[in-house]
Amino acid sequence: MAEEEVKLFGTWASPVSRRIEVALKLKGVQYEYIEEDLTNKSPALLNYNPVNKQIPVLVHNGKSVAESLVIMEYIDETWKHNPILPADPYERAMARFWAKYIDEKFWPAAMKIVVANGEEQKGEIDEIQQQMKNLEGELKEKKFFGGESLGFLDIAANIIIWLVVAQEALGMDQILNEEKLPVLYGWLQRLLDDAVFKECVPPKDRHLDLFKVKFGSSK
Amino acid sequence: MAEENKVKLHGVWASPYVKRVEIALKIKGIPYEFAEEDLVNKSQLLLQYNPVHKKVPVLIHNGKPICESLVILEYIDETWKNGPLLLPQDPYKRAKVHFWTSFVEKELLENVHLVVRSEGGEQEKAIKVVFEKLKLLEEGLKDLFQGETHHIDGENMGILDIVLCSLFGAHKAQEEVLGVKFIDPEKFPLLSSWVTAFIEAAVVKELGPPHEKLVAVYQFLRQKTLQASAA
Repeated sequence: MAEEEVKLFGTWASPVSRRIEVALKLKGVQYEYIEEDLTNKSPALLNYNPVNKQIPVLVHNGKSVAESLVIMEYIDETWKHNPILPADPYERAMARFWAKYIDEKFWPAAMKIVVANGEEQKGEIDEIQQQMKNLEGELKEKKFFGGESLGFLDIAANIIIWLVVAQEALGMDQILNEEKLPVLYGWLQRLLDDAVFKECVPPKDRHLDLFKVKFGSSK
Repeated sequence: MAEENKVKLHGVWASPYVKRVEIALKIKGIPYEFAEEDLVNKSQLLLQYNPVHKKVPVLIHNGKPICESLVILEYIDETWKNGPLLLPQDPYKRAKVHFWTSFVEKELLENVHLVVRSEGGEQEKAIKVVFEKLKLLEEGLKDLFQGETHHIDGENMGILDIVLCSLFGAHKAQEEVLGVKFIDPEKFPLLSSWVTAFIEAAVVKELGPPHEKLVAVYQFLRQKTLQASAA
């Protein structure tokens, strides 16, 4: 097989960047990781993603792919072993539907919570808890959204970890806990225990410090 | 047709998102039943099929609902493999189509909607953003086609064609009501020729709605905006 050159431009605290690391590691793909400074973007990043100048960007044999869910599908189609999307079209549709839900509904809701106060924050918390209950409906009795092993939606749902860290940084525990969301909480523990996934989570202390600086001071 | 294989689409005639699914079904030659929903008075069935978003379109196949137009388009492509494909087979080309589809959906569509739903300074700003995004798209299309001529006829529309068609298929109505010309052949020659081609495609023409109805829709939306701000 020809030499494959795979590069990933990302940042250590970005969930969308970490998603790609999980996907590559699950497939056993060797890659070079380039940590970007988003306040000082490298010429390489701007060259590989001139359209929105964002990370993550995957470069495979010189060709670039951007947008985390697009990259994940590209990885699954290029390295076909250990599939992350299920084979059945309906199951695939469900995985994509919920991944979209996470990016379009959950993430903006999480962003609002960390900057909101008082009554407004309570409203946002109620909203996100309903969203997480919806996700529990998709998970049901399964070990992971992907079944016995991690799949597309488990990887996309990594943003839930960011919410947990943000919650801790804000000195709260009422957004996501075992009592309120037992099914999702159980999944989260299994996710954090997974050999591959846990390598792709930002170091807790460093992450907490970052969030305390970013969100804590508004309280 | 056997009950299991039945395809039903819940939608409304005025929704471009629903139109996307109809175009895809027609391209693939999939017979389907259309159920017109009343979005002011949502049916129990719709709320049952799409409890999370409570929106159309919803595709029912083998008794199972699929929601979100882009998810539905991919489902259609992966389920009915005979006939024209909506996405390229090559993973890299696929990724590019996915990227630009996502771009149109997130960067262009929302800003065009903002132009419809705002006025004064806010509208001017939104118009400026739309033109900036269109410029990026024009460049992106050049890269996507790389010198090859991209033929549109009813038979080879893909996901990106369908999504752009659902946004700018009504561009003449948008121009008439909003007074701004997004699909400008001088500024965006590739995009303009593309939009023109898919408006002329048999499958798109067949589905309509006709120009006058589109104008009415945009006028209605515009009036809502202006009334809301006058209130």
